[in-house]
Amino acid sequence: MSRFSPANLRLAQEIIRRYPVAKSATIPLCHLAQEQDGYLADDSMAQIAELVGCSSAEVLGTASFYEMFKMHSVGKFCLGVCTNISCQLLGGEELLEHAEQTLGIRPGGTTADGLFTLEDVECIAACTEAPAVQVNYRYFHRLTPQDLDQLIEELRSGALDDVVPAHGTLGKVRQDLGEDRIANITPPEDQIEPVWLRRHRELAEAAAAADAGTPSTAGTNS
Amino acid sequence: MIGTVTPASKMAEGVPAVVSSRFGVPDGHTLAGYTSSGSYKGYEAIRQVLEMSPAQVGAVVKDATVLGRGGAGFPAGVKWGFCPPGVWPRYIVVNGDESEPGTYKDRLLMERDPHQLIEGCLIAAYAIGAAQVFLYARGEMPHAQERLAAALNEAYAAGLIGKNILGTDFSVDIVLHWGAGAYIVGEETALIESLEGNRGMPRLKPPFFPAAKGLYMAPTIVNNVETLANLPWLFNHGVEQYRSVGTEASPGTRLIALSGHVNNPGIFEIPQGTTTFRDLFESEIYGNGIRTGHELKMFIPGGASAPWFFPEQIDLPLEGRLIGGQGSMLGSGAVVVMDETTDAVRAALRLVRFFARESCGKCTPCREGTTWEEKILQRILDGHGRPSDIDLLLDVADNISPGPYPVAADPGNDLEAIPFPPRQTTICPLGPSSVAPITSAIRRFRHEFEAKIVQRDLISVSSEPFTDLPEQSSLAHGAVGHV
Repeated sequence: MSRFSPANLRLAQEIIRRYPVAKSATIPLCHLAQEQDGYLADDSMAQIAELVGCSSAEVLGTASFYEMFKMHSVGKFCLGVCTNISCQLLGGEELLEHAEQTLGIRPGGTTADGLFTLEDVECIAACTEAPAVQVNYRYFHRLTPQDLDQLIEELRSGALDDVVPAHGTLGKVRQDLGEDRIANITPPEDQIEPVWLRRHRELAEAAAAADAGTPSTAGTNS
Repeated sequence: MIGTVTPASKMAEGVPAVVSSRFGVPDGHTLAGYTSSGSYKGYEAIRQVLEMSPAQVGAVVKDATVLGRGGAGFPAGVKWGFCPPGVWPRYIVVNGDESEPGTYKDRLLMERDPHQLIEGCLIAAYAIGAAQVFLYARGEMPHAQERLAAALNEAYAAGLIGKNILGTDFSVDIVLHWGAGAYIVGEETALIESLEGNRGMPRLKPPFFPAAKGLYMAPTIVNNVETLANLPWLFNHGVEQYRSVGTEASPGTRLIALSGHVNNPGIFEIPQGTTTFRDLFESEIYGNGIRTGHELKMFIPGGASAPWFFPEQIDLPLEGRLIGGQGSMLGSGAVVVMDETTDAVRAALRLVRFFARESCGKCTPCREGTTWEEKILQRILDGHGRPSDIDLLLDVADNISPGPYPVAADPGNDLEAIPFPPRQTTICPLGPSSVAPITSAIRRFRHEFEAKIVQRDLISVSSEPFTDLPEQSSLAHGAVGHV
């Protein structure tokens, strides 16, 4: 079950074709698998390994380095409270403590109803809007403990389902880079000097040769 | 509460908005908005650039002295020139993995004005002859990824990216790639490792200078988002106007994220080198004063990695070299203000914990050292510190970054500033960055550490009634809760 659906498999193959070396698609494909299943399953990593041409241990090796990949199922909402310096100064740590009490879990834990996973996150780049929180990587700013309780209630009731997609979904718009659009996917070892660079180099060489009073040899010696 | 980021971005009089002119434009992120609003007409620069030779384009960027905005402040035009001649392919990697605590200019540039960044990428790709551009956006920024993806789709459809751009022989792809949560991937060689599908661990330099051996071992230019976003304005307005803002050594503007204890936190585009920290904190168009009723205790001038500054440094201009000479760095333009309510030990611990969590584990001094720094600071804060802990912290720090570590001057104690950058026993600067809050806090607020350690003695005194504990009990020795 934790293999790509036919539609996602086609998408995965399209993503791989964007890169001159297939292994570069490892992280995007892990995201795709996590978007499909909510977490990154062993089967998915094995399939990604087949697709990009490496061992599943290598995919695990890469994926386990990155915070965003969850190797087991998590709550529908990953609630990340930022406690790094700018947020700490304005009550981020107290907000996290409040979230622990409201949800009854510690950072890293998931509520019994499977709705919330709490995380103590590092800087999420919303420093002027401290203390900031991300729910499935969607921002909520300048939260008081009461705001946080309200947010949790709204998430629980489904009122925010339009703005906060299920865990694993990142950008809802994808880059459309089909084969008809790609200009250059030649592997690194087969790449040559780009045409516009070559044209200008030859022009410059011809001009230099003309200045020196000798016949131009441009274009014959690239 | 969603999407409520409305950071103030007012400009000082007479200062051009080089990169932030569309931050407040509702459709500034679309192709139509990019070509009809802002401080220049979108996609005009690339038309001009295509009439020039790649060498001329590089020369303009070099003459303008576009300094890298990611942290190191290296001139972009010079960096481009490091690609070995005649070696193909060349790649461009755009560093949008912004995760330095305190920083979020790149996220806004990607969300609010993605076409500006795309045009900057095209100019750079044309100049160096890139086979491909990889735009690496941070994983935790789905909104930025959406905006970039939509902008790339529009630009491809309009013939501005891809094959034969604007009917010329210039062709290049821009591939949107996204990360998955790792601070260290902001380091350029780690970024390349990550883009190759590996764990994001930095490579040893030399030999792996990206310009010589980067992505797929080919020459690669890694540029920050803000650096490239400067290029369209530069080519629309020319070198002279670009250099008319800022100082001789650091021309142009910088995006500064001002956060912490100020009345009006926000992202401000300021001229480099002519605005002082005092202007930034106190001016009505910027910070509008330290939090009312409080006074400045210390501030971080350039992201979590930068040694702290104190009230004496408030009249320094925001300029890379001057700040470096005073023992810190302007880095990624993240200024964090802390007032007198801030506990220096607690702030230092939080910053050190960040580096301990984000250490990739490749170099032992950093992997072990940052972990120990965190443990020791935690026990001091918890009231379990030992009298030797301050020296121990400095000793661990010295193993990561030997010798006198950069610190700001302390006139009260007759101490001179030790200039930036630090020395390091590690491959990348992450480990030495963890030393910044420790040395800054200890040099200036040693008494706060000592007070917490004395408190420990009080705790052990108060545990004296437990005389019936066995002699070997750790509690009897006052050694509670540490290693």
